[in-house]
Amino acid sequence: MKAIVSFVAVLLLVAIGYMGGSAGSTSRFLFGVVAPYSAFAIFVVFMIVRILKWASSPVPFRIPTTAGQQKTLPWIKDSKIENPSSVFGVVIRMALEVLVFRSLFRNLKTQLHEGGRLAYGEAKWLWMAGLAFHYSFAIILFRHLRFFLEKVPYPIQLVESLDSFLQIGAPLLYLTDVALLGAVTYLFIRRVALPQVKYISLIADYFPLFLIFAIGATGVLMRYFTKTDIVGVKTLAMGLISFNPAVPETIGAMFYTHVFLLSVLFAYFPFSKLVHMGGVFMSPTRNMANTSREKRHINPWNYPVHVHTYEEYENDFRDKMKEAGLPVEKE
Amino acid sequence: MSKLPKPAELAKVSYNNPATDWMDTPVEFKPGMYCHGSKPKSLEIVGFPNPRDWRPADADWKLPENWKEILIEGIADRLKKYRSFRLFMDICVRCGACADKCHFFIGTGDPKNMPVLRAELIRSVYRKEFTTAGKILGRMAGARDLTLDVLKEWWYYFYQCTECRRCSVFCPYGIDQAEITIIGRELLNLLGLNIEWIAGPVSNCYMKGNHLGLEPHTIVGNLEYMLDDIETVTGKRIKPSFNRKGAEILFVTPSGDLFADPGTYTCMGYLMLFEELGLDYTWSTYASEGGNFGFFTSNEMGKRLNSKIYAEAKRLGVKWILGGECGHMWRVLSQYMDTWNGPADFLEVPKSPITGTVFENAKSMKMVHIAEFTADLIKNNKLKLDPKRNDHLTVTWHDSCNVSRGMGMLEEPRYVLRNVVNNFVEMPEDTIREKTFCCGSGTGLNASEDMELRMKGGFPRANAAKFVHEHYGVNMLANVCAIDRATLKPLMDYWVPGVNVCGLHELVANAMIMKGEKERTTDLRGEPLPNVQAKEEKA
Repeated sequence: MKAIVSFVAVLLLVAIGYMGGSAGSTSRFLFGVVAPYSAFAIFVVFMIVRILKWASSPVPFRIPTTAGQQKTLPWIKDSKIENPSSVFGVVIRMALEVLVFRSLFRNLKTQLHEGGRLAYGEAKWLWMAGLAFHYSFAIILFRHLRFFLEKVPYPIQLVESLDSFLQIGAPLLYLTDVALLGAVTYLFIRRVALPQVKYISLIADYFPLFLIFAIGATGVLMRYFTKTDIVGVKTLAMGLISFNPAVPETIGAMFYTHVFLLSVLFAYFPFSKLVHMGGVFMSPTRNMANTSREKRHINPWNYPVHVHTYEEYENDFRDKMKEAGLPVEKE
Repeated sequence: MSKLPKPAELAKVSYNNPATDWMDTPVEFKPGMYCHGSKPKSLEIVGFPNPRDWRPADADWKLPENWKEILIEGIADRLKKYRSFRLFMDICVRCGACADKCHFFIGTGDPKNMPVLRAELIRSVYRKEFTTAGKILGRMAGARDLTLDVLKEWWYYFYQCTECRRCSVFCPYGIDQAEITIIGRELLNLLGLNIEWIAGPVSNCYMKGNHLGLEPHTIVGNLEYMLDDIETVTGKRIKPSFNRKGAEILFVTPSGDLFADPGTYTCMGYLMLFEELGLDYTWSTYASEGGNFGFFTSNEMGKRLNSKIYAEAKRLGVKWILGGECGHMWRVLSQYMDTWNGPADFLEVPKSPITGTVFENAKSMKMVHIAEFTADLIKNNKLKLDPKRNDHLTVTWHDSCNVSRGMGMLEEPRYVLRNVVNNFVEMPEDTIREKTFCCGSGTGLNASEDMELRMKGGFPRANAAKFVHEHYGVNMLANVCAIDRATLKPLMDYWVPGVNVCGLHELVANAMIMKGEKERTTDLRGEPLPNVQAKEEKA
């Protein structure tokens, strides 16, 4: 049901984009210029707002999740990355977390067998699909920079040629296009096929999957199947980037659908779970060194509390203490 | 009390979800799965709100009229105070990687025991009250109102989490359900919704210095019994000191060690070790609790109870503090104490008087775990050990959640263990070290009325122990945690009969040859030593 709601919502967005792109020049201006501008502005402003909001809350305690041996006695080998005690260790830990999804790589499958025996098996598909998804998305975004630059710089050309090294079809097939759509499809199927994951899923979990699938699909359609006026697209993109927007008459409605869906994704981003992109860097269980015993961590809102002092304790028990031969402060 | 089903029955866990969406599935209080509600007296002693007689199964929880307001304000306040909380409310993508990592989920199959869903219980309310999308779109945005049913759900499930942090090891964003449970319980405590098994020990600890409420003379008396037993085993009479000013070291251990076996055997181990070293140390009857049930109540209560340790160290004028074997005690000490009640600038950087080793890693908080201390002793050949005395045991090592994932003390106890026993076998690798499983009874859930919950939560741990019991004949589950010592025993008796439970220093003391001791014929439990058994059989 939740998946269907999300699916219908994305279908509606596709229809809106397509109609917008098919209507007159005012409408094309709205969908080709106003929408991406405002979406990008919303994305930047509200992501900053979100990050500042997180940053405005202090980290009162040093609470790294220690996933390896601590640094103690010199002859015990400590785990410098999984249980970092230096800034360098934290940087590596975070880099592994962000770049190769270290924690997700640990994923296991817990199974209860006949006779009540538990077994733990490898479960790397989610990690692989996650990596494929994020990296192909990043590469595709990077490739798109060619539309915004007068001369296509060498790094983009290199990525393009690597991405299409299989030399299939004309225009050449990009591997990341396949990987993105494949990974999104896997993530969706996983979400509905695994009963536990289905049970926890919200509309907000299906919606971005459908949306990104639709963005990818419209892109693929334009590149491989329908004809798109690339020169016109480049004119539009260059106009956007130079704040001198122009809307060529020659670009088809599919393009506006693509741009509109992407605009929706950008505008939706700061208000959704997709903020994990920024949040992962700020996670206190990962970005702190395990040095709380070595160096005092300060809690900015630490305040005095009521305690039961030794004096009060001795007053309660003085006679019993004396009888038991315990020293007392006051006779 | 509800009747505990047979192990074969409990091992049949159904992982089928209810037919209704979780938001439409109201919580059902199943006997054996929750603890008694806090008693008014326990709350009054520490000045906690809403002290009254109440029972969790009752419809009316006797809440203040503005309970909703109190909670929403409480959430707002904590969002401002804890980046962890604010962040973890926003960034979960519900990938489900945490789901089957939780011992309570594995053991109960209840979807609300998946860490992600336990967090959603509170996240859904956060969305409703603190996000625009949640306010406008409501249920469509995964938001829901805070109702009495929701509150009851919070109570039921935040007391079905032991803050073990296993989920946080696997989460790609490091979301730590322990943080969410800690804050969830803080919120519940704003309305006087604690469990008595926590609230009672907290008030005891506040007034009497320890969870068990042992008064000063009782502590001395309990130790006397142990000293008698030590004399029987070794022929040596030990005379420890209490509340002694000018001692070099203050020793603090969980009060569980003073009270019941097998903790008491561990405690005898400490006494014998310190005697053998001639350590200049003292016990305290005021700071007589290393553990901290306040931590399972609220940050503030944790700090209030913890304050005694530094205060007593200062009063007695010791140089540094040595801590006994405990799990959550060491999470609190290692990640909270110095921040709460430091700086302990009146103490010196801990230095072993026996080996001269300076514990640089504890330079600021000035407290050393006894496993670190003993590992250093053995490395420097300061102990005469005869591991053969433990040859009747095949030992496996249970990493306690908190020292593993909130500190990283993995190798020190293993090093000690390898030197004091000859037969040491590890449990399967996905169940130890940073992936260790909770005993199922931590965070104050070690009551008796929730035994079914405990046996279910401890199921994965027991399962791993059963594996090494059946394959390698393991008959002893060793650990450095007082709650483990108290709770793994019934867990083993239920799931893996034939496996016993002990602390690390019981094994150390058994193996340690003391100066001038008589020839030992039994271990600390009074059971014949293996060589004696062999001799008897020959004769």
